[in-house]
Amino acid sequence: MKVEFDYTRSLGSVLSQFMSALKQHSILGGVLADGRVVVPPPEYDPVTHAAVTELVPVSDFGVVQSWSWVAEPVAQQPLEKPFAFAQILLDGADAPLLHAVAVDSPADISTGMRVRVRWAEQPTGTIRDIAWFEPAGDAVTEGSASMEFGAPEVTGMTSPVRLAYDYAASPEETKFFRGLAEGKIYGQRCPKCEKVYVPPRGACPVDGVPTTDEVELPDRGTLTTYCVVNVPFQGQTIPIPYVSAYVLLDGADIAFLHLILDIDAADVRMGMRVEAVWKPREEWTTSLDNIKYFRPTGEPDADFDTYKHHL
Amino acid sequence: MRDVAVVGFAQRQMKELDGSPTCLEILVPILADLYEQTGWTKSDIDFWCSGSSDYLAGRSFSFVSAVDAIGTLPPVMESHVEMDAAWAMYEAWVKIQTGEVDTAVVYGFGKSSAGILRRILALQLDPYTAQPLWPDTVSLAGIQAREGLEKGLWDEAAMASVVARSMSDAASNEWAIRRGATSVEDVLAQPLYADPLRRWDCAPVSDGAAAIVIAAGDKALQARQRPAWITGFEHRIEPIALNARSLVESSSTAAAGTAAGTAGVDLAELHAPFSHQELILRSSLGLADDVRVNPSGGALTANPMFSAGLNRIGEAARAIWAGDSDKALAHATSGPVLQQNLVCTMEGR
Ligand SMILES: [Zn+2]
Repeated sequence: MKVEFDYTRSLGSVLSQFMSALKQHSILGGVLADGRVVVPPPEYDPVTHAAVTELVPVSDFGVVQSWSWVAEPVAQQPLEKPFAFAQILLDGADAPLLHAVAVDSPADISTGMRVRVRWAEQPTGTIRDIAWFEPAGDAVTEGSASMEFGAPEVTGMTSPVRLAYDYAASPEETKFFRGLAEGKIYGQRCPKCEKVYVPPRGACPVDGVPTTDEVELPDRGTLTTYCVVNVPFQGQTIPIPYVSAYVLLDGADIAFLHLILDIDAADVRMGMRVEAVWKPREEWTTSLDNIKYFRPTGEPDADFDTYKHHL
Repeated sequence: MRDVAVVGFAQRQMKELDGSPTCLEILVPILADLYEQTGWTKSDIDFWCSGSSDYLAGRSFSFVSAVDAIGTLPPVMESHVEMDAAWAMYEAWVKIQTGEVDTAVVYGFGKSSAGILRRILALQLDPYTAQPLWPDTVSLAGIQAREGLEKGLWDEAAMASVVARSMSDAASNEWAIRRGATSVEDVLAQPLYADPLRRWDCAPVSDGAAAIVIAAGDKALQARQRPAWITGFEHRIEPIALNARSLVESSSTAAAGTAAGTAGVDLAELHAPFSHQELILRSSLGLADDVRVNPSGGALTANPMFSAGLNRIGEAARAIWAGDSDKALAHATSGPVLQQNLVCTMEGR
């Protein structure tokens, strides 16, 4: 399972200046009340808590203060091959910057080694404009590129986050999804209050005991409540208006959300009896999508008393 | 201040939980254990508080599903922290101090194996200048370890002796993931993984859950003959910027320890997910040489996210219940490279 999101963050005045400078291949440090220059610049002085207002350029050359070897890099790190993360004290700064150092092996890096910035090919106005650091050898600093202080060009940034998870189904969910692959709907009954949960949830939320008894449920039931979807949204696959509804299967004590079709949205009502319309058998997978939608059975509507506790 | 004690503790840890990230499968038996230990039922518990993270579960509101383990009809009074459950216990302890409740169950859970833990934890760093580089937990700990090594604050042998003692002590801990009689030589014979760290210097990725029962005054005595009475409970935090604090000492641990009071402590359970961090914690707390440290094996042998800190309190309390300790200290950490630290001291009476 993949979870992806791009955080869009606005930058305050200090970080706007810092990121704008990076885009111009220049690194700014913040001057603290005690005169120390800190990179990246903090927005507030950690001791006096006063806003940091003075920024000064520092060198893109520096010294490794401490480092750790990254034998197995993970996704989105600065380098895909093994590298070092290091605390780097830039010339002109009094506190180290954490960044990557590109070397081939741990034998090629040591504390005290001089390194220089390798700038990214495409400036983005983020800390990733420093692609990584590399050994400086005998090269000497040419001094920071001169830059204009003025209205910062960069006032926001986007942090793309991509996470991957192996999502394991619980034993109860496994039974449920395997059942669906065979056209069956399995719920589980709480041994204490005897309520039947579908999809099964592992523990009865009322009693806090494992739901152990498996119950096969029919694919028909009562529509308890619904909403008519009139608003188009990204990724919508069904023409609007259509009805999304809670369906309480006969014998179950919890309703689940599904789609209602084969009926005009205006004619849908609470208490309507519905049945599942399955996809062709050869398309079945271990998914609730095996049921394409629910449609009216034509039976008389259910009595309000039969579902009033499920609203 | 009201007298509050730890009266129940149960835990489950494993390398890989065969179950869902809500950890319901292990929370239900853990709560059953607690009812058995205390003789109480759900209706005796006034307040519930948990620690967990959606980033670990990979889905939103995962702690809400975990509430199913409690059984919530009639409704219960419940809260949650996105920190190790040791901080959930702090919230519960404050709740008891207000006089609003007398008893609480605190639980933490997490399935670290669902994603790449050391990568996911980069999300707790400064989101502007640090997190976009995805500095993983192991690399940050490596930088911290090297700084101490090169400044002569500790050496490889000291780190290895923490590992050897932890794994040897964990031999009798049924919930430890990495355990067995181990010598300093065995440790030093291992290759470096994240130079300067060996794999054994880093806690194993662990799934698990744990829960604790705390209660005030007479209620505590109802549940257990020799409760572990809380004598100090403090937590402190340091700046998020990694260059705004010293990584080779832990001023927040020192401050929490001083405030909680460490005099007379004969046993300490320290939450150190990396071997050198135990050395930092010991010196920050100023523990005497004869204080037994992590007789359970500690976090180096099982480090379930969001319950490993609570486990330290539980293990220390257990030593008091058993009469193995008269005054014990438990420590929990949260955040990158020991950013936030909590100290709880307990005594038997
Ligand atoms: Zn029930």
